[in-house]
Amino acid sequence: MSPTRSPKPSERLEFRDPERVQAFRRALERLCADLQGPISVMHVCGTHEQSIARFGLRSLLPPNLHVIMGPGCPVCVTDMPEVDEAVYLAEQGVIIATFGDMFRVPGTLKSLAEAKAEGADVRVIYSPWEALQIARETDREVVLFATGFETTAVATAAVILSGPPKNFSVLSAHKYIPPVMEIVAEMPQTRVQGFLAAGHAATITGWKVFERFVERHGIPVVVAGFEPLDILSALVQLVELIRRGEKRVVNAYPRCVTPEGNRNAQRLLWEVFQTESGVWRGIAYVPNGNLRLRPKYRWADARARFEIRLSEWLRDAPPRLTQECLCGNIMAGIATPYDCRLFGKECTPETPVGACMVSSEGACRIWYEYGGHITGPEGMKELGGHA
Amino acid sequence: MCLGVPGKVVEVNDMTALVDFWGVRKPVMLHTVDEPVTPGDYVLVHVGFAIRRIPPEEVEETLAFYEALLRAAEEDLMATEVQSEIRSPEETS
Ligand code: SF4
Repeated sequence: MSPTRSPKPSERLEFRDPERVQAFRRALERLCADLQGPISVMHVCGTHEQSIARFGLRSLLPPNLHVIMGPGCPVCVTDMPEVDEAVYLAEQGVIIATFGDMFRVPGTLKSLAEAKAEGADVRVIYSPWEALQIARETDREVVLFATGFETTAVATAAVILSGPPKNFSVLSAHKYIPPVMEIVAEMPQTRVQGFLAAGHAATITGWKVFERFVERHGIPVVVAGFEPLDILSALVQLVELIRRGEKRVVNAYPRCVTPEGNRNAQRLLWEVFQTESGVWRGIAYVPNGNLRLRPKYRWADARARFEIRLSEWLRDAPPRLTQECLCGNIMAGIATPYDCRLFGKECTPETPVGACMVSSEGACRIWYEYGGHITGPEGMKELGGHA
Repeated sequence: MCLGVPGKVVEVNDMTALVDFWGVRKPVMLHTVDEPVTPGDYVLVHVGFAIRRIPPEEVEETLAFYEALLRAAEEDLMATEVQSEIRSPEETS
């Protein structure tokens, strides 16, 4: 054996060492072999699903461990009327700046991409900061169609607080994760025994935010990062908690997540936003699940600046295939993309019917591209799904 | 959209930093971090904003966490080879 060598920081940050991956796989196998029957855990983060799919982690899991993708894709849970508002404004002649993932999400009548093809000015941005740059270079109204969870809302808040020009405003479709975890935990069909919480959201909120949840629902939560080893180590931890019947929060992402989180970011977030109740597409009406601008920041709120008359505009909307979309059931953990009759047929990444097929974080898109499975039809039956 | 990529800070200019993501350099806003960032630090970046400075000690902490977890699994389930497997990458290059 050669002498001990300290890995370079870049290697350390990758956390993909295949030997450790195998070690964790065995640890999971042993833990799960010890358990009676299947266990199901849910993650609430599109980036987790991407990692799981990209690195083929499901194939490493013991057959009785089901990892379900919950409502963790912000694009997928953006409600149809929110897309409609953006399309409506684009058609009124404002410049809409939004993330690439939102571009092709179907609205009731059309997507932003379709509006653009008909002449609307829709710009795809990577950072909310770019929307501000666009506004600085034009006299026209620029609306940031802001989607994403609290992590992204922090960036939107920073932009609003940085003194944007007068022609800049925000159409907020931001969502707040903790309340939807409650909803999913209470759904009678989902039998989730543990949650993997998303590392970056927790970077902002801190891991203590989940303590109340654990108390109330008696389900353990493990905060997980996004590298294969982050996810596998978190799963080992979560299965261990379930096995021992321990109901608590464990932070498996200590290099980024602290008990209290990023206080500066929290200050920016809650200075600008407040929670409001609203619908998460396909999931449910989520009390306090939406982030909306506080009245103090009406000057930056597109909903206050423009009159958005959706009901008139949508009066003669033809029915779309969207009604058959199962995204909601998939995100609630009671169906998989394979249960959808449209999957891979009418609904593909080129011709998406539901948001889950559009977003690179959506379950249908990820399963379409990488192929995916939980544990096949038997697994779904055990979970109460209609296989 | 929800990328949590760590990058290395190359240059800091007031509220903007130039950050290297494995060879690709991008400007990153610093409004959202909660401690001062200097060149050489690693930062976690989300939609163009740094949300966390990652201290080198905490990278160590994660590695230690893996070790501890596997050690616990070993004690519980006598998975001795798991422990030896986890050690070997440190000892060989
Ligand atoms: S395949 Fe398409 S229509 Fe079916 S659930 Fe997925 S996104 Fe919805």
